[in-house]
Amino acid sequence: MSEITPELVRHLGSLARIELSDEEITRLTGQLDAIVDNIAKVSEVATADVVATSHPIPLANVFRDDVVGEPLTIEQALQNAPDTADGRFRVTAIMGDEQ
Amino acid sequence: MTDLTRLTAAALAEKLASGEVSSVEATSAHLDRITAVDGDLNAFLHVNEGALAAAAEIDRRRAAGDALGELAGVPLAIKDVLVTTDMPSTSGSRILEGYMSPFDATVVARARAAGLVGLGKTNMDEFAMGSSTEHSAFGATLNPWDPTRVPGGSGGGSAAAVAAFEAPLALGSDTGGSIRQPAHLTGTVGMKPTYGGVSRYGSIALASSLDQVGPATRTVLDAGLLHDVIGGHDALDSTSLPDSWPSFAAAAREGARGDVLKGLKIGVVRELPDSGFQADISTSFRAALAAMEAQGAEIVEISAPHFEYGVAAYYVLMPAEASSNLARFDSVRFGMRVTPHAGATVEEVMSATRAAGLGEEVKRRIILGTYALSAGYYDAYYGSAQRVRTLIQRDYTDAFAQVDVIATPTSSTTAFKFGEMSDDPLAMYLNDATTIPANLAGVPAISIPSGLSDDGLPIGIQFVAPVREDARLYRVSAALEALLQDQWGGPLLDRAPMLGGKA
Amino acid sequence: MAKDKLLSFEEAIELYEPVLGFEVHVELNTKTKMFSSAPNEFGAAPNTNLSPVCLGLPGSLPVVNGTAVRYSISLGLALGCEIAESSGFARKNYFYPDMGKNYQISQSDEPIAFEGEVEVELADGEIITIPIERAHMEEDAGKLTHVGGATGRIQGAAYSLVDYNRAGVPLVEIVTKPIFGTEERAPEIAKAYVQTIRDIVISLGISDAKMERGNLRCDANVSLRPRGQEKLGTRTETKNVNSMRSIERAVRYEIQRQAAILKAGGSITQETRHWHEDTGATSPGRPKSDADDYRYFPEPDLLPVQPSAELIAELRAALPEKPAVRRRRLMSEWGFTDLEFQDVVNGGLVAEVEATVAAGASPAAARKWWTGELTRIANVEGREASDVASPEHVAQLQLLVDAGTLTDKLARQVLEGVAAGEGSPQEVVDARGLAVVSDDGALIAAIDEALQSQPDVLAKIRDGKVQAAGAVIGAVMKAMRGQADAARVRELVLERAASLD
Ligand SMILES: [Mg+2]
Ligand SMILES: [Zn+2]
Repeated sequence: MSEITPELVRHLGSLARIELSDEEITRLTGQLDAIVDNIAKVSEVATADVVATSHPIPLANVFRDDVVGEPLTIEQALQNAPDTADGRFRVTAIMGDEQ
Repeated sequence: MTDLTRLTAAALAEKLASGEVSSVEATSAHLDRITAVDGDLNAFLHVNEGALAAAAEIDRRRAAGDALGELAGVPLAIKDVLVTTDMPSTSGSRILEGYMSPFDATVVARARAAGLVGLGKTNMDEFAMGSSTEHSAFGATLNPWDPTRVPGGSGGGSAAAVAAFEAPLALGSDTGGSIRQPAHLTGTVGMKPTYGGVSRYGSIALASSLDQVGPATRTVLDAGLLHDVIGGHDALDSTSLPDSWPSFAAAAREGARGDVLKGLKIGVVRELPDSGFQADISTSFRAALAAMEAQGAEIVEISAPHFEYGVAAYYVLMPAEASSNLARFDSVRFGMRVTPHAGATVEEVMSATRAAGLGEEVKRRIILGTYALSAGYYDAYYGSAQRVRTLIQRDYTDAFAQVDVIATPTSSTTAFKFGEMSDDPLAMYLNDATTIPANLAGVPAISIPSGLSDDGLPIGIQFVAPVREDARLYRVSAALEALLQDQWGGPLLDRAPMLGGKA
Repeated sequence: MAKDKLLSFEEAIELYEPVLGFEVHVELNTKTKMFSSAPNEFGAAPNTNLSPVCLGLPGSLPVVNGTAVRYSISLGLALGCEIAESSGFARKNYFYPDMGKNYQISQSDEPIAFEGEVEVELADGEIITIPIERAHMEEDAGKLTHVGGATGRIQGAAYSLVDYNRAGVPLVEIVTKPIFGTEERAPEIAKAYVQTIRDIVISLGISDAKMERGNLRCDANVSLRPRGQEKLGTRTETKNVNSMRSIERAVRYEIQRQAAILKAGGSITQETRHWHEDTGATSPGRPKSDADDYRYFPEPDLLPVQPSAELIAELRAALPEKPAVRRRRLMSEWGFTDLEFQDVVNGGLVAEVEATVAAGASPAAARKWWTGELTRIANVEGREASDVASPEHVAQLQLLVDAGTLTDKLARQVLEGVAAGEGSPQEVVDARGLAVVSDDGALIAAIDEALQSQPDVLAKIRDGKVQAAGAVIGAVMKAMRGQADAARVRELVLERAASLD
């Protein structure tokens, strides 16, 4: 059995920056529990002597020459931004006011 | 006059080259078809306002005697996972509604350079997460064979568009079967190239180590023609293979002559017994094998003992990579922004935006992936899943020591009804058990129609070849396609019900 | 902000053993960014040095800058490190608006360089060996400007603006192992270590290494443990220490602050702290809630870096002299006394003096300018001396003095102009009209006028009372607003006194 709890799901939501309602947390807890039980079987066969594959086809040393390309225009850079000011992206305060 | 939308891309290309048909005529015919049927079907999220102008430009260049590619002037539908400069790109998500990319995906740029005419952007499960296109933020796409059923996913829009003759060619992306499974459910052809064979640059990433862009078409030759246009090395994608590739269209043409089946060894996976598939799917699969055997192919049973761990490994790796790839949708540089209350901090804005802008399935997978990567779980999940990946690659290596290609039914069921699986994510996930191993190992795989079910729904057969042997798949599947079309007296899609009351 | 209680440094060291550790981030001076062809260039207008990769635009993919890899290997070798046969990139996941992808591409368990050591020479010539744990490649983040609120700091700001120009600039992060046995010299060793890293990257030519521009950034870890205790104490990580002087001060401050807490029976909170140049104090940073869960995993968009033995040998052969060896050589070449040389070393000015000599000045003159006037201006203005003027400018200044165009006094005025960004010494001379009046005609006219208006002085000079000339010289220098060579004026005064009717 896995240890998916509502508290864990809430924590994962905050790590992933997704606000979850209580109802979503309840539903996700049940669903994740079932999924995690199922995917946990990966550890059954994956013994330490088997190497991990992160790329399906082995390649190495893929490098780019240090040559400047055409940068985006500032219009292109900002064209999809929800909010801008002075040629920059604007966001609301980065943390709440100090307590 | 022939209905231009019923032509294969290859046939249309011939008429364009000979001057019998203009690209404007061909493009107009497809735009008219979209107008006629897509209101119901919802295969397109956006239709290109510039399509006729692009077509006219190709006609002008042809008239001026410019050297043009074989597919110049042929219309193309583009899965919305691919970014385009002339149309919005949303990956089926509310969070990217209206997003305009300052650059074209490499495959789009290559298609443009080859003179293909972009018709529009096709519907998909949000961020390519799904097997039914029910998870699109912009409404489901219907299956042209039966509007009460799903067209598969995530590339249901591209598959439905070619099946419904809205486009002769479409681009898709396949992370766990998203090109092949919709092909199976719609009676079309879907090819997932060797990982790295087609550039991922400009494909909105779901799972970087699994994603591959490929063609969705009605014939094997059309898939080969499109693959020739979009494939090959791209310096903007580090994982792009530097290989030079043979012509896949040439391979398909060669295969259609039939003699490639003589002496061909076809592997059938012991661990995927007929009992695991809908009965009429197994029947169709066996009949296709028998037809090939009759032409001199040899059926060999092979063992792939680790395939049964494929789905589990996939549902670790895919959500883990996705949770990271999708972190950029945070309301700062692009996309939706939701400000929950005055004075909200940027953290609160990000969390509220992602809560509102991402669909249920996407949230579920992000949370799952975040869990799999979390401190304390990495080795048990991600590390183990990567080892399973190695084991599945070994299964393929062992198998391909004995056989030239592996054949399986593409998926375990025919097109299911809307809502039938969406309440049970686990059941939906298991639907991809046959297609997932190829993504994990990076090997090429294709699905082509093999017949109809008892209730008249299309069924596909999947062939898998070793890494870099994409051409072999085109040869073999073109050979089977020719055999089956002889039996059927024409393409399978001729038996699809007519849509929109238009013959 | 409540003021911290501090124990005297002497008592702190008597009671506790300091253990140090450093993370130094070096920005590489490649032409393009770490993972895209966007320009790596300081000072451009906001958001103009961007590729789709820098903004994390949907569909964009990173491609590794080969030159950055070569620079990183060279730096690893210069730090005495082993170079990994295979190293890989990893994603460090955390949300922050200065990062386009909300993950930083870095290296985690496969750094390109590991297990090294650096020899650091202190002011008295003693050599300390600093153990290096690793040096890894990563990308820089963009820049946030906090608007509104009282302080311009993050707290209380109404909103923030993001410029991603710096996002994706190649970084090498150099991490030391815990450094034991520094004792009362801990602050001095901290400064000397960062200076040595700076000397190394400058000698390799791989970074502009200007601390005030953030090319070189140091996080200092400090912990204390009671004398005789085996177990390490709880450490703090002080960030934002952006000048050599601050490193020394910040380490000293943390030792004193932690000692006061420990002595009073308190315990140290493990946290990041921020250094404030203005108050000379550290303050607690925001506790980073995600800090212990970065969810590292291998970057699937990139492939392993596997440098060949040939490449490593080639880069090793091209390594410049070790800074300590170089110092000994320079000391003998320049003919400085121990004291003179230490002055240069303490000021962190070895590279500047060397470059100035290379640009044509004598070693003595180069030393004089850098440890004298330039250091004075730097201190007054709170800048690095290396940022006040370039070695080429200093050499040019000295050449102007040698040619008689400038007196020492005028030269100092020219330097102020150079420091203020008015251009090269020659440009400042031209713009401010500061050159010595070398036109004898102008001088003679002034001298004649002075002599004729003071007939008594003229008479005395003619009588051989040469010292009387002083009054005339003074008047002429005043008329020339100091822009004349006093020796030449004296010569001319005597000449004119003899020849005037
Ligand atoms: Mg650090
Ligand atoms: Zn770092």
